[in-house]
Amino acid sequence: MTATLEPRAIGRDLARRDGAAKVRGTAVYADETPVADPLFCRIVQATVARGRVTEVDTADAAALDGVVTVLTSTDAERLASTDDAELAVLQGTEVGFRGQIVAAVLAETDEVAREAVDLVRVTYAAEEHDARLAADRDDLYTPESVNPTYPPDTHEGDMAAAMAEAPMTLEATYTTPMHHNNPMEPHATTALWDASGAGHLTLWDSTQGVHPVRQTVTQIFALEPEQVRVICPFVGGGFGSKGTPHANVIMAALAARAVPGRPVRFALTRQQMFSLAGYRTPTIQRMQLAAERDGRLRGIAIDVVEQTSRIKEFAEQTGVPTRNMYAASNRRTTHRLAALDVPVPSWMRAPGECPGMFGPEVAMDELAAALGIDPVELRIRNEPEVDPETGKPFSSRNLVACLREGAERFGWAGRDHRPGVRLEDGWWVGTGVAASVYPTMRMPKSTATVTYDAGRFVGRIGAADLGTGAWTVLPQITADALGVPVEDVDVLIGDTDHPEASVAGGSSGTTTWGSALVEAVREFRDKYGDHPHDGDAASGSVNPNAAEEDYAMSAFGAQFAEVRVHADTGEVRVPRLHGVFAAGRIVNPRLARSQFLGGMTMGLGMALHEQSLLDPRTGHVVNHDLAEYHVPANADVDDLQAHWIDEDDPYVNAMGSKGIGEIGIVGTAAAVANAAWHATGVRVRDLPVTLDRVLPAR
Amino acid sequence: MRPFAYATPPDAREAVLAVAERPDASFLAGGTNIVDHLRLGVATPGLLVDVTALTSAEIEDLPDGGLRIGAAVRNSDLAADHRVRARYPVLAQALPSGASGQLRNMATTGGNPLQRTRCVYFQDVTTPCNKREPGSGCAAIGGATRNHAILGASEHCIATHPSDMAVALAALDAQVQVLGPDGDRTIPFTDLHTLPGSTPEHDTVLGHGDLITAIDVPALPLATRSRYRKVRDRASYAFALVSVAACLDVADGEVHDVRIALGGVAHKPWRAHRAEEALRGAPATDESYRAAAEAALTDALPQEGFDGGNAFKIPLLTGTLVSTLRELAGEETRT
Repeated sequence: MTATLEPRAIGRDLARRDGAAKVRGTAVYADETPVADPLFCRIVQATVARGRVTEVDTADAAALDGVVTVLTSTDAERLASTDDAELAVLQGTEVGFRGQIVAAVLAETDEVAREAVDLVRVTYAAEEHDARLAADRDDLYTPESVNPTYPPDTHEGDMAAAMAEAPMTLEATYTTPMHHNNPMEPHATTALWDASGAGHLTLWDSTQGVHPVRQTVTQIFALEPEQVRVICPFVGGGFGSKGTPHANVIMAALAARAVPGRPVRFALTRQQMFSLAGYRTPTIQRMQLAAERDGRLRGIAIDVVEQTSRIKEFAEQTGVPTRNMYAASNRRTTHRLAALDVPVPSWMRAPGECPGMFGPEVAMDELAAALGIDPVELRIRNEPEVDPETGKPFSSRNLVACLREGAERFGWAGRDHRPGVRLEDGWWVGTGVAASVYPTMRMPKSTATVTYDAGRFVGRIGAADLGTGAWTVLPQITADALGVPVEDVDVLIGDTDHPEASVAGGSSGTTTWGSALVEAVREFRDKYGDHPHDGDAASGSVNPNAAEEDYAMSAFGAQFAEVRVHADTGEVRVPRLHGVFAAGRIVNPRLARSQFLGGMTMGLGMALHEQSLLDPRTGHVVNHDLAEYHVPANADVDDLQAHWIDEDDPYVNAMGSKGIGEIGIVGTAAAVANAAWHATGVRVRDLPVTLDRVLPAR
Repeated sequence: MRPFAYATPPDAREAVLAVAERPDASFLAGGTNIVDHLRLGVATPGLLVDVTALTSAEIEDLPDGGLRIGAAVRNSDLAADHRVRARYPVLAQALPSGASGQLRNMATTGGNPLQRTRCVYFQDVTTPCNKREPGSGCAAIGGATRNHAILGASEHCIATHPSDMAVALAALDAQVQVLGPDGDRTIPFTDLHTLPGSTPEHDTVLGHGDLITAIDVPALPLATRSRYRKVRDRASYAFALVSVAACLDVADGEVHDVRIALGGVAHKPWRAHRAEEALRGAPATDESYRAAAEAALTDALPQEGFDGGNAFKIPLLTGTLVSTLRELAGEETRT
C-alpha cells in the first residue's frame, strides 16, 4: 500500500495546458512537422486478399517528373527482422490481405506521388481467399493466450450441470461487428535518416507511445536505441490504433532510408486506415446464464468466436470480463479464433471489455425480464464479495453505488418494466441499464526525471497525450508529490529523449507515469531536501504494486439510457445517456468528464451506428470512409452526462486513481440495446441497433 | 489523382463551348461531389471549367407565382429564402436535411441534382463498376446493398441518387433550364435523371456540354402544405435510406390533390405517380396512405447483400409515407 498523496493540485478542475495551442492551430502534429525540403510517400495496396505479386511495373510511375523512386519488394531494403508479418513491409511477394502495401512512391510533391501510385501496375497470382467469420467453421482454434496474456479458456465448477439443474436458464448468441478506431488524425509519420550514414533515424510519429515505437523500429532495422529518436507532442486520437506501430511507420522509415538526409512524409488516407491501422474483430458471443428464481446466478458462461489475420494473431479477450463481473460458482469462458485472409486486428478502445460486456449485459437484462426482477436489482443481487476468479478482495468495488446513484439521477425508480407499452407522440419509449468495468492497470516499466531550475520543477517522461490530458494531469501529480503549486511545475512528454515510458494503453498512463514521477520526486527530495539548487535532478521508476498480490483492482460503472424508437420508421434515438463511474480519485474533473463522455459517445456509436462492412467476396471493408462508416454526429447526442462517486482506494497507486480512458465505452451499447427492447419489445442481439432491426416492432 | 487544367471562361456560353469541345472536360461548380471523385480517382477530367460565377445566384419571382432559382444559388441560401419557405416547405426542408452546413454553403442549385449516384463500389476504383467503367460489372449486386435501389434498378447498376433537394423538386414539377452547345432548352425535372438500364454511366439526359442555368419551380398552391421526411441511419449527415417529399391537399376528409416523390429508392428521384393516382379522391386515412405506398412499391425489388440487403426499405418506405401523409393531413389518431 502506497501512501496516497495529499490532493492539492489533484482534483482541481484545471483547463488542459495544450488547449490553447490546439484551438489556435499552433500545436504541431506529425505530418506537419516543419522540416526542410520533404519528400512525400504514397502507397499502392494489394487488390487481392490472398496470393502473390508476380510483377510490379513501375516504369510509367518512375518516368513521371518529380518521382524520386518507386519501392517494391524487389528493390526495398531487406529488414533485419521480419518476424512480425504485419510490419514486414515490402519484404516479399506474398499477399496476406487485401490492402497490404505492395509498392510505394517517393516524390517531390504529394500530388506527384498520388499521380504516380495510379501509374504503378501490379500483377497478381490470386488465390482463393477466405474472409467470412462464422461460429460453425470447422477450423476454429484456441489461441495460446488472449490479449495481452490471459488464458484463453477458464472453467470453474460445472457449468453444464448448472444449466441442467437451475430453475431458470438463458441461452442466446450476441454479436458485435467489425469496428475501426477512426481517430480524427490519420496515422502519419515524418521520417528522417541522417545524411552522414551514421544510421540515425528521427521519426515524428503520431503514436500512443514514442518508446514502444522506438523499440519496434530498432528491432526491425537492427539499430541501437541511441540511433532512433521518436517525437510526438500531440496526437489527434488513437483509441488503440496508435498503440502499437503498424505498417505505416515501417513504411515511412523504409522510404526515408532510400533518401538519407531528406525527410519523408507519409500519412495514411482515411480509406487506407481501414486495412493498415488495426481494428476490432467482429465477435460472436454465445451466452449461458443459470439462475435461481431470485435472480442469483448459479452459473455464467461465454463462448466467444472471433477472427484474426492469417499472417498475425491478435486474440481479443472478449470473454475475460465475464470471469469476474458477477458472483456465480459455475463459470466457463472460451475463445476460438478463425484465421482469415483479412487485415490484422489490434487494440481498439477497451479491447475485451468493450465487446465483452455487450453479450453479458444484454443477457442479464433478458434474465431480469424473464424473472420479473428490476435489472438494477438483478445486478445488485449478483454482486460478488470477492473477485470470483482469484478469490481476492477488491481494492475497491463500487458497482452497486454506481447503480444506485445512476438510478437516482436517471429517475429509474418506479420504472414499468414491461416492454413496448409506452407510446409518446409516435415514438416508443424505453429505458435500459448496463454495468461497466475496466481493470486498473499499471505497466511494468516507466521512468521519469525531475529537475529544478530557476524556481521551476521540470518533469520529463516519454509519455503520450492523445487528447487524454497527460500534459495537464502529470504536472498536477508532480506538484502534489513535490508539495508545490502546480503553476511551478512542467512535465515534458512525447519524446524518446525523455526517460522511457510505457504505451498510453489499457487506461494505464496516469497510474504508470504518475507513479514514476512520484518516485522521481521522492528521490529528488531525498537527495536535495526542500531547498534544491538549480540543476538538481533525480530519477525514479514505477514499481510493481505489491498490493496487487492481495487485491483485485478494477473501475466500475453503470450506464442508463433512454431510447426512443419511431413507431412508423423504426428510427432509434437516444435522448438521454447517463453514466456513473467509480474510478478512484479523479485527478482532473474537467478532463475526466471529457474522457467519460468521449467513451460513452463512442459507445453510442457502437450501439447505433458503427460497423465495418467487410465484403467477403473481396476481403476489404467497403464502407471505408466517414461518410459510410457512421460515428455519432452532434444531432445524435442530446443529454449525455457523466458522473462519478468519490472513491477512496489506498491500494491502487499514490494518486488513488484508476484508469478512465476506456471504461466509458464499456456497457454503453448494452444499455442502449436494453432500452430499445424496453421501448419496443424487440430484443436486438446483434449490433448496431439499426432501424431495420427494430422495425418489426410495428 | 491526375493533373488537370482549370479554366474560368468569361460567360456561360464560352463555358459550354469549352466543355463541349473537349470530351474529357467537366464543369465545376460547388465542387462538393467532383472534388471527392477527383481525389478517389473516380473522375479523371483533363479540364475543369469553373462555372460558379457564370450563372445567376439570384432567386427571381416568375409571373405565375413560381420561382426561378439561378444555378449558382447556394443550397444554404435557397433553404433560407423566405419565398421558398412559404411556398415550398418541402424544398426548404429537403435542403438542410442534406449533407452538412459546410457542404450546403458550397453546393449549388445546378450542381446538387448532378451529383453522381452514390454507391461504395462506384467510389472504390479497385472494384468493378459499370457506371465508372462500362462493361466491368456491378460489384454492388450481392455486396453491401443497404443503401441501394429497390425501384428501377437493372442488372447493370443498383445505385441510388443521393440528393434530397432533387426529391423535392421532382415532387414540385420543377423545370430545368439548360444551355447547351446548340442553345437553350427546358427539361421537366422528372425527366432529368435516367434509370440505369444498360447505360448506367449516364445519370441524366444532359449531353456533354449541357449546363444547367436555372431551375424553375412553378406555382403550386398545394405545396404550401408539403413536407420532406428523410430517414437515415444517424440523425444528421447521412444519406437517406428512404425519403418522402409530399404535398397534400385534403378537403372534406378526402385527398383532393397530392404530389409524392421518393428518395433513396432508385437511380433517380422517384416521382410516385401511381401512389398519387391511388390517393386522389381517396379518404385521407392510414389505409389509403398504405394503399398508396403499396401502389408505389408494386414493382419494388429488394436487393440481397452480405450486409443483410435492403428488403427493409419496403416496410420502411411504407411507414415513412404513411407517417408523412398522416402528419400533413393533420390527423392525430393512429389506426
